[in-house]
Amino acid sequence: MITVQNLHKTYGRLTVLDDLSVELKAGQAVSLIGPNGSGKTTFIKCLLGLVIPDGGTIRFGGRSVRHDWIYRQHVGYMPQIGRYPDNMRIRQVIDMLKDVRRTAGRCPAVRLDEDLIRAFDLPKLYDKPMRSLSGGTRQKVSACLAFLFDPEVLILDEPTAGLDPLSAELLKQKIRQEKEKGKLILLTSHILSDLDELTTDVMYLQEGKLQFFRELAWLKTQTGEQKLGRAIAAIMAKERKSERANP
Amino acid sequence: MIKIIKYVWLDILQNRIVLAYMLFLLVISGTLFGLESNGSKALMSLLNVTLMMVPLVSLMFTTIHFYNSYEFMELLLAQPIDRSRLLLGELCGVASSLATAFLLGVGLPIAWYHPTPTGAALLLAGLALTLIFVSLAFLASVSTRDKAKGIGLSLLIWLYFALLFDGLILTVVFMFSDYPLEKPMLIMAALNPVDLARIFIMLQMDVSALMGYTGAIYQAFFGSVGGSIYTLAALSVWLLIPIALTNRIFRSKDI
Repeated sequence: MITVQNLHKTYGRLTVLDDLSVELKAGQAVSLIGPNGSGKTTFIKCLLGLVIPDGGTIRFGGRSVRHDWIYRQHVGYMPQIGRYPDNMRIRQVIDMLKDVRRTAGRCPAVRLDEDLIRAFDLPKLYDKPMRSLSGGTRQKVSACLAFLFDPEVLILDEPTAGLDPLSAELLKQKIRQEKEKGKLILLTSHILSDLDELTTDVMYLQEGKLQFFRELAWLKTQTGEQKLGRAIAAIMAKERKSERANP
Repeated sequence: MIKIIKYVWLDILQNRIVLAYMLFLLVISGTLFGLESNGSKALMSLLNVTLMMVPLVSLMFTTIHFYNSYEFMELLLAQPIDRSRLLLGELCGVASSLATAFLLGVGLPIAWYHPTPTGAALLLAGLALTLIFVSLAFLASVSTRDKAKGIGLSLLIWLYFALLFDGLILTVVFMFSDYPLEKPMLIMAALNPVDLARIFIMLQMDVSALMGYTGAIYQAFFGSVGGSIYTLAALSVWLLIPIALTNRIFRSKDI
């Protein structure tokens, strides 16, 4: 569904993404893992066209996303830090996006998915201005907006960070449901136990390079570990050893 | 794009600065016409106020508004929206609100006290200056991500066009006073939209020959009608180039 070839991005002298190629298919739930500053968020922003790569191509359903925008009607995005216009209310933000999507997508009958809005009991807060919201409530709004238009691809950057345990559980349940519908889900998190329950594949980035892209089950059998965290640790240790053996 | 303009308008109406700008213009122009019994003289004073105020307010308000609506743009750019359309929507929203404030604030008193072609020319020149300095402010804002730098850049633009440029022209005139400067001056005046607006209005007045060097040259060279067309054409170039540059930068900008 999304094909990335030789993606390259630098900020000044700093190389953030280095020759990254990967193919993401519908039905996959991919966890994007890597140390801080390894390029995860930049990769996600490239997929969304928010960051313009210096080189390489990204194809969405076969079409290059460069200078294209229609493909974004199939994408729901939950940013790591949701930033919203300060003096708008939650209701206004939601209505605005509905309004914008309705014409921009050129398909009038977008099915709205308001499950999360109900689950988080958001209508109670509808008249609060965005600037007065706590970090967690902001995250809830971001999550609701990502799922609202029932997109085929969900890109979730640290979805559970800052959420209380109950809301995090509700969100994970929702992600699981969407995964079962055969959507492509790409998520990052530093809470590996969350990813363990939700994902089918693991994409590991380090210093902008793709270290590996494997099925979760393969990783586990290969390393003989039951937990994703331990499996990753085992692989990283092995790689470090092989690096030392042949520098 | 219309939808984006709508949301920009909603946002601008909420913070009331544009409303205050309109009231300020209304009070100033009302007072000038009220105090001065000769309408043409009042119009001259109003012209000077317009040439100073409109660029400054347009630049400052637009730059601050741009940085304050960064979140809005960030939110919308993750949606199926074309970047250029978002940018143009923002630009049209800000420009149209400032233009409305100007047209009401200055236009109503003119229509009430002094409804002449010269008054209409002042409105047209003010409108052109609003649009031009809004687009210059957009160019300054997309060039840097740092709000302080962006506002500083806008202030520099204003200082340059409102104050420094005249000094530069005078210097050139004095330094080369032995040479015929008519034709170079035609071109040099076109390098400053504020001067162009001033000349455009002067050409509508019968006093144009008395009102400054460049105005007299334009009058002599083109005559009233030709000069007006030339200044308006130069003003539209001043509008289109910043918009085109802004669009180019914004399309490849990392959000």
